[in-house]
Amino acid sequence: MAEKVLMKGNEALAEAAIRAGCRHFFGYPITPQTEVAAYMAKRLPKIGGVYLQAESEVAAINMVYGAAAAGVRVMTSSSSPGISLKGEGISYLIGADLPALIINVQRGGPGLGGIQPSQADYWMATRATGHGDGHVLVFAPSTVQEMANLAALAFELGDRYRAPVMILADGLLGQMMEPVELPEPLTEADLPPKPWAIDGHKNQRAHNTVNSLFLVAQELEDSITSRWVRYEQIKASEQRAETYRTEDAEYVIVAYGAASRIARSAVNTAREQGIKAGLIRPITLWPFPVDAIEASIERTAAYLVTEFSMGQMVEDVRLTVNGRRPVNFFAHTGGVVPTPDEVVEALRRMQAGESVHIVPVHSKLTGGYR
Amino acid sequence: MRGDLNIMLAGFGGQGILFAGKIIAYAGMIDGREISWLPSYGPEMRGGTANCSVCLSDEPIGSPLVTDPNVLIAMNLPSYEKFIDAVEPGGVVIVDSTMVGTCTLRQDVEYYTVPATSLAEENGLKGLANVILVGKLLAATQFSTRASCEQAIDKSVSAKRASLAEANKRALELGTLWTASKC
Repeated sequence: MAEKVLMKGNEALAEAAIRAGCRHFFGYPITPQTEVAAYMAKRLPKIGGVYLQAESEVAAINMVYGAAAAGVRVMTSSSSPGISLKGEGISYLIGADLPALIINVQRGGPGLGGIQPSQADYWMATRATGHGDGHVLVFAPSTVQEMANLAALAFELGDRYRAPVMILADGLLGQMMEPVELPEPLTEADLPPKPWAIDGHKNQRAHNTVNSLFLVAQELEDSITSRWVRYEQIKASEQRAETYRTEDAEYVIVAYGAASRIARSAVNTAREQGIKAGLIRPITLWPFPVDAIEASIERTAAYLVTEFSMGQMVEDVRLTVNGRRPVNFFAHTGGVVPTPDEVVEALRRMQAGESVHIVPVHSKLTGGYR
Repeated sequence: MRGDLNIMLAGFGGQGILFAGKIIAYAGMIDGREISWLPSYGPEMRGGTANCSVCLSDEPIGSPLVTDPNVLIAMNLPSYEKFIDAVEPGGVVIVDSTMVGTCTLRQDVEYYTVPATSLAEENGLKGLANVILVGKLLAATQFSTRASCEQAIDKSVSAKRASLAEANKRALELGTLWTASKC
């Protein structure tokens, strides 16, 4: 077993990406993800890679597009406002069926927002990373170890399905240090062949084309529907979720990323107080782990969704539960991190038969909470 | 102190708050415990206060953000005032008395005052007040062992500055031996 080291989430993710064969990084600095870029800047030139700080996020994602078209493992990272800027390029990656890794270490928004941890980009990640009919695979780590593990998995699945993959982290996971066991480095021989890549062939084969422009409607429809066949495979094979103490749970919290850590503490405290609580933690946000929720419905009295936003993932939980059970909600937003005790209080009120929808209201107008 | 430690370290940027937290976290890791380390990364770091949450536990750590510390290490007065009321009753409060000066004391927590900044300067360890306070934490709580903390120093000091490890270890020892002003 490899030795455990103490690393920041951002650094563990960067090192794991390198070990997964990533030698190309294009980015632009923004808090709280800058350590990803800084780590890459330090390491990549020493191992024959390319680190380039672009003139903007838009430039960076288009450099990613070019490198991905050439068939190399490539990544970019940013935080919320920067990901908005990358949206167009991500849409082109989807349209050209190019694998690439995009990191979003979320901060509060909209606009420049703040720099504290947030989960307010769930909609952007799962619904509309860019224009058009399409998706990116979205992974949500909850520990520094998972930041590393999911970086490796993201490259693997991106190549397998020829799709961009996003790791949706947040400032808390990016900045914190935990012990991490880094994955074994891959060699050139471990990487999958990419016969579609534009990589120079001295006229030894037919030309490859990478393109997202289809002016004939039927051709565009065919390109989208062929991608949708892959999406169905992804939904069938790649859903991932962790369940915690759900075996006999009456009240199930659904939470991802940093919010799931607080939810896990809340589950333990609630259990000590006689509330049978459990946790479903989505690891893939797209595809959303509907199977894990479906499997829990029969024995669950009510759900509680908690996230660092005014309510985004809660919609996917409601779509899955589809009215069969109450879906309650508790949130903080804007970079305010909830405490486990606040979540336990929501569970306590649910156990008392209340329907709970707790979101922050203007602190100066009302004393803070409703 | 073998239970959960939820430690808040706070002071000015440049006093080595994050580094002290890293030593504690590494020592916990060497002891095989679950640990987390989370810095404040807000705009307050520029010339203002810096703080750092460190959790040590035998269970996986939920929120790494310490809101109700059972250990507070304060290296200046604004930090002391900001966090003292949040300390759990019965908690341990370690202050650098050179920097904090006179402060209001709570009756329900255990204080250890160490003139760490003066001690560091008198002993040729300028800039290592932070590690002196880690030494005091070790002596006061036995959260880890001396050996683990020394190993943690070796891991925390960057390779380029390996020569500083010895000075850090002397600072650690100085802190563990300081007993004069428990109040």
